[in-house]
Formats: sequence, C-alpha cells, structure tokens
Amino acid sequence: MSQNKVGAVMIVGAGIAGIQSALDLAESGYLVHLVEESSAIGGTMPMLDKTFPTNDCSMCILSPKLVECGRHLNIRIYTNSQVIKTEGEAGNFKVTIKQQPRFVDVDKCTGCGSCAEVCPVKVDDEFNQGIGKRKAIFKQYSQAFPNAYAIDPQKCLFQTMGKAKGKDICKKCLKACQAGAINHDMEAKEIELEVGSVILNPGFKVFDASSLEYYGYGKIKSVVTSLEFERLLSASGPFDGHLVRPFDQKEPQRIAWIQCVGSRNAKVNKNYCSGVCCMYAIKEAVIAKEHSHIPVDTTIFFMDMRTPGKDFEKYYNNAKDKQGVRFIRSRIYEVTEAEDGSGDSIIRYSNEDGQISTEQFDLVVLSVGLEPGESSKALAQTLDLKVNKFGFAELEPLTGVNTSREGIFAAGAFSGPRDIPETVMQASAAAGAASALLSQERGTLVSEKEYPAEKEVAGDVIRTGVFICHCGVNIGSVVNVPEVVEYAKTLPTVVMATEKIYACSQDAQASMKELIEEYKLNRIVVSSCSPRTHEPLFQETLKEAGLNAHLFDMANIRDQCSWVHMNEPEKATEKAKDLTRLAIVRASMQQPVQPVFMEMNHDALVVGGGVAGMTSALSLADQGFVVHLVEKAPELGGIAKRFSTGFRGEDIKAFLAGLIERVSSHPKITLHVGKEIQDVGGFLGNFTTTLNDGEQIRHGVAVIAIGGQEYQPKEYLYGQDPRVMTQIQMDEALVRHDDLVTKAQNFVFIQCVGSRCEESPYCSRTCCTKSVKLALKVKAKNPTANVFVLYRDMRTYSYFEEDYELARRSGILFVRYSENDKPVVNKEGATLVVTVKDHVLDRPIEIEADVICLAAAIKAPEDGKKLSKWFKVPLNNEGFFLEAHMKLRPVDFSTDGVFMAGIAHSPKNMEEVISQAKAAAGRAGVALSKEQVESAGLTAFVNKRKCTACGTCEAVCSAKAVSVDLENRVAVVNDALCKGCGACASSCRCGAINLRGCTNEQIVEMLNFF
Amino acid sequence: MFMEDRQVNVSDTDNKAYQPKIAAFLCNWCSYAGADLAGVSRFQYPATIRTIRVPCSGRINPLYLLKAMANGADGVLVSGCHPGDCHYISGNYVARRKFALIKSLLKHVGLEEDRVSFSWVSAAEGVRFSEVVKGVTERVAALGPNNSVFKVKDGGGTDE
Repeated sequence: MSQNKVGAVMIVGAGIAGIQSALDLAESGYLVHLVEESSAIGGTMPMLDKTFPTNDCSMCILSPKLVECGRHLNIRIYTNSQVIKTEGEAGNFKVTIKQQPRFVDVDKCTGCGSCAEVCPVKVDDEFNQGIGKRKAIFKQYSQAFPNAYAIDPQKCLFQTMGKAKGKDICKKCLKACQAGAINHDMEAKEIELEVGSVILNPGFKVFDASSLEYYGYGKIKSVVTSLEFERLLSASGPFDGHLVRPFDQKEPQRIAWIQCVGSRNAKVNKNYCSGVCCMYAIKEAVIAKEHSHIPVDTTIFFMDMRTPGKDFEKYYNNAKDKQGVRFIRSRIYEVTEAEDGSGDSIIRYSNEDGQISTEQFDLVVLSVGLEPGESSKALAQTLDLKVNKFGFAELEPLTGVNTSREGIFAAGAFSGPRDIPETVMQASAAAGAASALLSQERGTLVSEKEYPAEKEVAGDVIRTGVFICHCGVNIGSVVNVPEVVEYAKTLPTVVMATEKIYACSQDAQASMKELIEEYKLNRIVVSSCSPRTHEPLFQETLKEAGLNAHLFDMANIRDQCSWVHMNEPEKATEKAKDLTRLAIVRASMQQPVQPVFMEMNHDALVVGGGVAGMTSALSLADQGFVVHLVEKAPELGGIAKRFSTGFRGEDIKAFLAGLIERVSSHPKITLHVGKEIQDVGGFLGNFTTTLNDGEQIRHGVAVIAIGGQEYQPKEYLYGQDPRVMTQIQMDEALVRHDDLVTKAQNFVFIQCVGSRCEESPYCSRTCCTKSVKLALKVKAKNPTANVFVLYRDMRTYSYFEEDYELARRSGILFVRYSENDKPVVNKEGATLVVTVKDHVLDRPIEIEADVICLAAAIKAPEDGKKLSKWFKVPLNNEGFFLEAHMKLRPVDFSTDGVFMAGIAHSPKNMEEVISQAKAAAGRAGVALSKEQVESAGLTAFVNKRKCTACGTCEAVCSAKAVSVDLENRVAVVNDALCKGCGACASSCRCGAINLRGCTNEQIVEMLNFF
Repeated sequence: MFMEDRQVNVSDTDNKAYQPKIAAFLCNWCSYAGADLAGVSRFQYPATIRTIRVPCSGRINPLYLLKAMANGADGVLVSGCHPGDCHYISGNYVARRKFALIKSLLKHVGLEEDRVSFSWVSAAEGVRFSEVVKGVTERVAALGPNNSVFKVKDGGGTDE
C-alpha cells in the first residue's frame, strides 16, 4: 500500500450505485471523480417505471439524488468516458480515462432541444429500449444530468459523411443552436487522474432474449422484454405511460410474464438466478392493472417464486390474493404467433403435473435476466480483476465489497445480480471502505460550497412564484395541472405560476433560478410531492438563487392528492387548488431563518457485538473515529459462533476469531462486553447512552446491529425428539460428528418452518441455500444417504442456484409441498415418519426419517422494542427495524444519526450482513465527518413585551430548551436545545412565544383562507 | 403493510351530493408520513381533507380548531404520533391534554362532538390513515354542513 495517499476516489459507472458512493464520499471529505460511459448519469433506474415493494416512482426517488450529485462541488463528472489504464497501488493510483467527444459544450448547452428538432436523422432510442425514436443529437431522458445534448457520431450525417470529406453536410444543429454550444470539431481526450481508491459500479445489461428462439422474441411483435414493458408503463416512455402494444397501439387485455429468461439456464451458461425478476414481474403485473383503463388479466409463468427480500413476500401475497394476479407454476415449451391475425402470442406450457396447455395473450413479457455488460468485462480486464465463470467480478469472501485488488472496491451488479437496495447498500459500503483506506487524507482536496449573498427581503413587496408539477403522469393524469396554474395566478402575492413535467429535474431547477431573477420572486411555492422527501432539494435551489431557504412552501398534491384520489379527478383538482392556496398563504408569511450550528461529538456507538456490529465498529474505527461497542452477552461473536462454514465454503470459526482479535486490539475501539443499555438520550451529534453499570457514553451517532434469533419450532415434533433439529443444530451436530447424523441414512429437510406463514408473512431468505448446503454436506460424507428436501419454492437466488443444481444432480430429492398441505411428522414406535403430498405424482408419500432438519425462521431481535423506544426509531410489523426508505436509504433511520445493519434489519446471509454493516459504518462516517451539526433553526422565539414569565412554556418543554429568566421576568429559548416542536407556542396564554417557520399568525391566516 | 386492504373504490360518501371539507392538522413525523405512505401504497380515501402540516401535534393551538370552524371547515382532524412515539418525546401528550379540554368546551357550547376528531397514526400506518379519513368523513358528512355558532361570514377577523 502506498505511503503517499491521495484524498480522492474514482468511481466508475454512474448508476444508482455510483451516485450513492459519490455522494457519500463527497459528503465525508473526499474529492470524487465520477466516470460514466454514456452521455448522462443515472444508469438503469431512470428507465424503470415504479420500484418494488413500495411502488415508488423510480424517477421521483432518483431525481433528487441526480440533482444533488450533479451540483455537488466535490463531485467531478466525466461523461462519455472510459478507464483505459491504471498504475500504482492502493492509496495512490494513477488512472487514465478516455473521454469521447460529445460535440456539445456542456457549459453552454441549455438543454432547449432546438438542435434535436431540426436534426433529420432518426434512430432507435436505446433509452426506450428501441421502442420509439430519438435524433442523432439527443438527451437520454428529460431529467438527465448533465442537462445537455450529445451527438451520436455513428449516426450524425456530418460526423459520418461530411467530416472525412471536409464537406459541410447537414450541420443543421449548428444553425439551430442559439447558445453556440455545438462544436463538431471536438476530439477525444485522455485525462490522467490521481486517486487513492477506485470504486467500480458499471452495472449490468439484460439478457438478449432473441438468442433463445423458442420465446419468439424479435419474431413475434407481441413478445417484449421486461425492460421494454417498463418503458411502456413509464410516463416518460414512448407512449407517455399509456399502456399499449408498441406495434398496433392496442390496449392489451391479457398479459403474460415468462420468468427465468436467461436465468437458471445452464444451456446458455446462465446457471444463476438473477434475483430481481420475480419481484419486477409481480410489480409490472400489479402496475399494469393499476395503469390500464380497461380491466387487465395478468398471468405469471414461473418455476419458483423467489421473493426473499424485505417485505417482498407480502407484496407477492397481495398480488396473488388481492390484486388477482394469476401465478402458474410451469415449464414453457414455446411461444408462437396466433394465426388469427390478431398479432397475439400463444404460450405452450406444461403444468407441474406434466399436463400440456396452450393459452393466448395480447402481450407476452419476457422476464430477462441480468448479465455483465461488455464494458463491465472490459473494465475487469483493464484493471486485471478476478472474474467468475459468468463474467461477473469475483469479490473476496466475507468482505462485501473488496475486489481481488487492494484499494479497488465494487458495488452493484458488477459482481452479480442485485436489486436496488442491495446495490445502494454495497455502494455505501464501498464508500465506507474507501474512506477507511484514505482516512488520513480526508478533507485535503475538497472545497466548500459558496452561496451568493442572501438577498434582503425584509420590507419588500411579497412576490410569490408558483410551480405546479405534473410528475410525469403521477399528478397530471389525475389533477388538471393547467387549471391549478391558472387558479394560482389569481391568488394574492402571486406574480407568476407555471407547470413543470418534473419540478425536481435539473433543468427545472435551472429554470426556477432564472424565473426568480426575472420576476424578482421572493417567495416560492412548489405543488408536487412530499416535502419530507423533496423540500431540501428545492431549498438548495433557493439558496443558489440568493434566497433564504425558508421563503418557501410545498403543497403535497401527489402523495396526498393524486395518488389517493385516482378515480376522482375533479375533486382531486379542487383539493390541489386548495392545498396550493394554503401553501401560498403560508409562504407569503415566511420570514428568513438562519441555521443553527451545534457541536458534533465524533464518537460512535455500535450496539451488538456480532459479525454486523464488529464489522461496523472496525470500519468506523478505520475511518478514524472512536467507537464504543456494546454487547450484552458475555463474549463477542453473536449467532455466528454457532456456524462452521459460510455459503462459499469459508471457515467461519477462523473468520470470526480474526474479527474478534482485530476488534479487541484496535486502539480506537472500546469494548463494553457483558453490558446492557439502560437508557439513551439526545440526538445526532450529541447522544448520551447509559449502561447498566452506570457508565455514560457520549456519542454522535449510533449503529444498531443487534441481530435476530432462531425460531424455536412448535411443529414437527421439535423438542420432543432429538432427531428433529434446526439447521444450526444440524450444522453443529455435523461438526462434532454426532452419531445422530453420522449414523443416519434418511434425511428429510423441511423448509419454511415459521416463515411465509400467517404469523410471519416473510421469507427468511437464507434457509433454502442453507438446507441445500447441509444436504450436500451429508451427501458428500455418505453418498448412499437418502436426502429429501421438502420445500415450497426453492429460493437459491444468485449463484446459489449452482448449489441447487448440484444437489439435484447428486441425487438429492426435492419434493414440493403447498402451504395448505404441509408435511406431517408422526412417530410410529421409534420411527419418525414424514408424510408429504407430492405434486408431480399427485399422491402422498411416506418417508422414514433418521434426521429431520427444520429450516427454522429467522426472527426479529428480542430487544428491538427497547431500542426502538430509546432511539425513537420504528419497527415493522414483524419487529425488524424499519429503514428510512426501502430502496434508497437501506441502512438509515429517518431519525438522523441512527443507522442499522444485519439481521436486525431483515434476514440475510453473512456476506450480505457484512456488506450492510460496512454500509452503515459508511453512512455513519458521513455524519461524523461533519465539523458541526447544522439544524434548520426552526426554533421557538419570545416576544419579551408579551411574556409574563408564567413558566408554562418551561413546564411543557421536553427538550429543556425554555427557561424563565427570573431576574428579567422573561422566558428564554436555548436555540441549541430547542427541537422546534412548538408545544410552548401552543400553550402560551399570552401569545408571547412563537415558532419560526410555523407561527400562530401563519396558521391562522391559512385558516382564514381555508 | 403495503398493499393489503387497498380499496380501489372510494367510500360511498362520494356519491352523495354533499361532501364535507375537513381541516387536517398532521404532525410531520408520524401522521404526515403515514399520509404519504397511504399515497405511495395508493390506498384511496375521500378527497375531503385539507392538510396543514405542523411539526408536532403539540404545536396545535386550540384556537386553530375554532378558526377552522369559523372559516367554513365542516370538521377538524388532528393526528399525531402514538402515545410514547412522539419525535419530540412528549408533544403528543401536550396535545392530548389540550384536546380533552377543547372537546368538552365544544360540547358545552353546543357543537356536535363528531366534527372534531383526534387520532394517532404512525409513519408506518398508511392503511390506518386512509381508514381514519374515511371514518372522519363519514361522521362529518352525517352531520351535514357546519352551520354552528362558530361559522362567521368573515371568519371572525384575524387573531392579533
């Protein structure tokens, strides 16, 4: 490792992973070079319509991050660029990138689109998956950053024909561009950058379905891929979100999804599960029903339904039981075109019992799998990284993010198929790992953002600007946006009102700034989505325009209007008008508020001394922070102490011993083992935790990593016969060569014991793989053993599919049972007999078992409730901690300064636990690296002349921020302590105490305009 | 948590000619977030409420309820975090004390009790939020338009 470390990181690939890593690192004091192959950042997420399991609009949740990333002072973005060379070692790499010419000056281009209007060349639009056309000069999508066009040199007439001959062919764009941004003479350039670490997130491409002829893709027009279907659903798609067949614009009534196209298929070297397709197919089916004007029948043809992620099972159950999505367990033979001239497709398939059927559909969607793109493979080669046989990067075992080269980390689908939360987790983990590597150089290369001087508005005439957002079709398809705009124009103080397709996009922000200047606006109102997610973004724009961030209000006409009144457009429009009016009244009475800065305690508390807690603690300590690790058990290790081997054959005992050793000897880690927490108080930057021995720990952030527990089965004679054991017990028995297992001949594994049932409607995620691993272990020791696995769906996602295949080839028998017809275990004399109904044979079979291994569920931690109260963080219905956002904030709580990792969040395997633990440490490190805690300053204030010093405010204040100055007979507010709840203001009998940003006068005036 | 109990058809109140207008004071951390979750999950409810976001239910001055009524609201909904879950530790208890008093005051002056509702909705309770709005709407709709002692033509003037 280099001694001359550089406080900068290169991130290759600017999809959601790259953006998350970039923001984390830039926010924690490192300069980021973000390198992207295409002409805009965003990756695959902008192409998606909605995201599972929350059905959030993909663009809506991504857009604030695009904007934040795009305008971050310490993130340098290189589009159209690729890495061509690296030299050096961890801590100090020299990376050369090659930037292809864009032929458009990004600084001059305003994104107006005049060039594309005149461009005569139409080509297939890759962003829309080839449905629809774009021009040779194009912008990938409307919210793209940079908000600038780019010329496709392979398609442009001048570039392809004129340039070489020196003739002025076409060049229409040049004349159309008023900004003078187009330059056809730009040339490729090489840029050399010095960085301390590299993070790779080049993403994936989808499987080319035309290579499997029997699906008919490319020949039958009514067969599309799932990504094409996303574009059909999307408001920004080729049909503006109107769900029609691309070739005849007919609204489909019967839509089918075919799963595992290019996944779980050894014949095309894709013997892995892509992990995301089951969920996206369910989502697409549900959204199709929601989207279409006519009733839609949806059918999903699948082998195993794999929904092992957090809250995925509930989503599946809902689709099945309440939304009427039809699920058919089947094998597909072929898809052919209907001969009735309808353009429909006919699917021929066999049911589980071997019966062959055919069915006709208006549209067939192929759930295509994920595979490494060409550029991912090239990148791995350029950087000389180990790859697996599928071409994905191979990560070092039990590191979560380390590639085979020190100082180079990976996140997202580069190392295997992954969904968005896992990708974001890995991205934060990679950022944390890079930060740990370069901690001495933190802050050496970054600069601070400077805002223009704040305009004085006191005494000025109020001039309000109003922006009403369509949010694609999310608002616009229900609320009559133009009508709301016209209405807003009639209201007092409003000097301009306009509509935006996406108010949160980069170009909308730019236009907002211009309009503030043009109309001399001093109050801004945005009617769009929730202020809880988007207020900071708009406030940043105000600051950049020289306005105080609080001269602003939002009306929530999406989450609380168009989405909940989908069938009542007129009433929704009326409500949108009312909400906009109320926001205008409130904004017109807003006064500038200055932020308050408070001291930051830079120490961290980690709760839980298992693999997750120890990994988080180590990562934070390596990032340079003092860490207190609290574990209530008498020793470190957690549940992992009972494991022998990992899912990739790792020696867990050795790994754990090493981890404990490193944690115990780290100079920055203080262990509090055998101690329990008694109380927690405070907030980001200033927590105080009291242990049961009375010790008080002061810390700035906390990571909750308290693990979970193994379900103690009540079923299948567990606890009544020693031959019935859980997976962990069986693992232990195998390790100690217990006669119970070494002398046994017939093994029966029963899956989903305490999972996927009414009391616990979630999948425990790890048990299918664990059973397969244990079964293989048994079979390896005793090849003549009879091994049965009784399952509902085999959920061996990702590369675990290979183990599943190996198990079947080794003669392990897999018998499916259904939820309503569970296996029965009886004791006949001394013999254990398992009875299960076989779906293929359609009759019950009896197995005499020597060992019955139960895949006992992973349950939520028992201390969850206590910690939930102390840290004021939520739990979900099953008792697992609930993150701030399921997709994009998978380790954050909505309470600032508190993070989570490991099983306490949801069941997952050890590799995933480690990745999440590093992510939590990465995110916690971002918070700790701030010099001070900034709070908005929305605190209480006292009108001394009205105050009678009665002390009511002091009595109701739970933050102990208000006290009565007995000498001057007046209440005084401590801004650092005041949390801004306003209980004092509503309790004051004299109206002397009030709350900034939410004054009595504002609310009363809103009610006067009710 | 997400999609269960989704109702595509809005409750039957929307078929009646009269639809009340209800002022909804929602605390930022629980109930407003719960309302957002109802939106994300597409739980449909009647378009009767007009939300006023406040940091905490403890912020709500009893005066606001009277002002809302005076300005033509047919009902008022106040919703905060569940007892014990307040982001500000005890603001919702402050609110609870106040509302116990204001409720008895409103009853005393002859206002129908059902015009004013209090509820607890957490950030994770999208379904509950839509149920609460449905319930409040039905109760207020049953009472008909607000012609009470409080409704004043000009809203009774401004405070201060």
